[in-house]
Amino acid sequence: MDLIRQIESEQLKKGLPGFSPGDLVRVHVKVVEGARERTQVFEGIVIKRQGGGLRETFTVRRVTYGVGVERTFPLHSPKIEKLEVMRYGDVRRAKLYYLRKLTGKAARIKEKRQ
Amino acid sequence: MVQKAILGKKLGMTQFFDEAGNITPVTVIEAGPCVVVQKKTLSVDGYEAIQVGFGTVKEGKLARPRAGHFKKAGILPRKYLRELRLENIAPYSVGQELKADVFAPGEYVDVTAVSRGKGFAGAIKRHGHGRGPMSHGSGYHRGPGSMGSINAARIFKNQTMAGRMGGEKVTVQNLRVVKIDPERNLLLVCGAVPGARGALVRIKKSVKAAR
Repeated sequence: MDLIRQIESEQLKKGLPGFSPGDLVRVHVKVVEGARERTQVFEGIVIKRQGGGLRETFTVRRVTYGVGVERTFPLHSPKIEKLEVMRYGDVRRAKLYYLRKLTGKAARIKEKRQ
Repeated sequence: MVQKAILGKKLGMTQFFDEAGNITPVTVIEAGPCVVVQKKTLSVDGYEAIQVGFGTVKEGKLARPRAGHFKKAGILPRKYLRELRLENIAPYSVGQELKADVFAPGEYVDVTAVSRGKGFAGAIKRHGHGRGPMSHGSGYHRGPGSMGSINAARIFKNQTMAGRMGGEKVTVQNLRVVKIDPERNLLLVCGAVPGARGALVRIKKSVKAAR
């Protein structure tokens, strides 16, 4: 098992910002369109972090034109160019599935006081 | 008869990000170092093969005939001794080491190992039978189903029934080599490989032309 851990740790990203569910993040994702490669920004609220080590993923939710969009990214994926934390949220849960039922003002999250 | 082959130890599975950033499920195999212990030749043995040793073992653990066999070749004792029937054994000599770098990333391989034993398994798990209704008073849930015609007055051979499952030789074909690590003798192969962690596996160049 030890060698497997080594292989995994080699692929782990360093210098990732600390973030947790409830935070507003901006994910810079590399997208390949034909031969061209460009960076797409996806901004939204982290509703969960799941898994551990190399397999860890996080889900970002945003509402665009009245439609809720959730994208799940592998945390250590090389496709993620940059990850910015815009705002730290104050929440009491690890999985914010309740946000899916809420819209407008009710779906706001308080900012965490340092 | 294959072009090249090697013995290895299955270490387990993990995932790997390729150049495009896609996740590939991989099995990590510690392939080699294997040492050529003996060459089987047409004139002496009636067929051609190389006999290779793999793994480490304490000298005292081996039976004396086996220990003598290694001594004759002038090689430290190895845990496993297997024959690899290759197309051309001329380039190999006794004492030569085979390492993971016999394969290159992008190549396709077949992996053979003894599958994990499942014990006494029912017909559903063992042969993929369908299941009966679980409710509405059915009472027939995971049985094997009909045994055949009553006119035959016997059960035909090869009727699929419950019994011992697993623990047999299984080959998985056309697995892509994702990465090799010559320093640690590691082979990362796309997909699953038969056998438990720590099992001896045989990796050979794919018999079928891959895609």
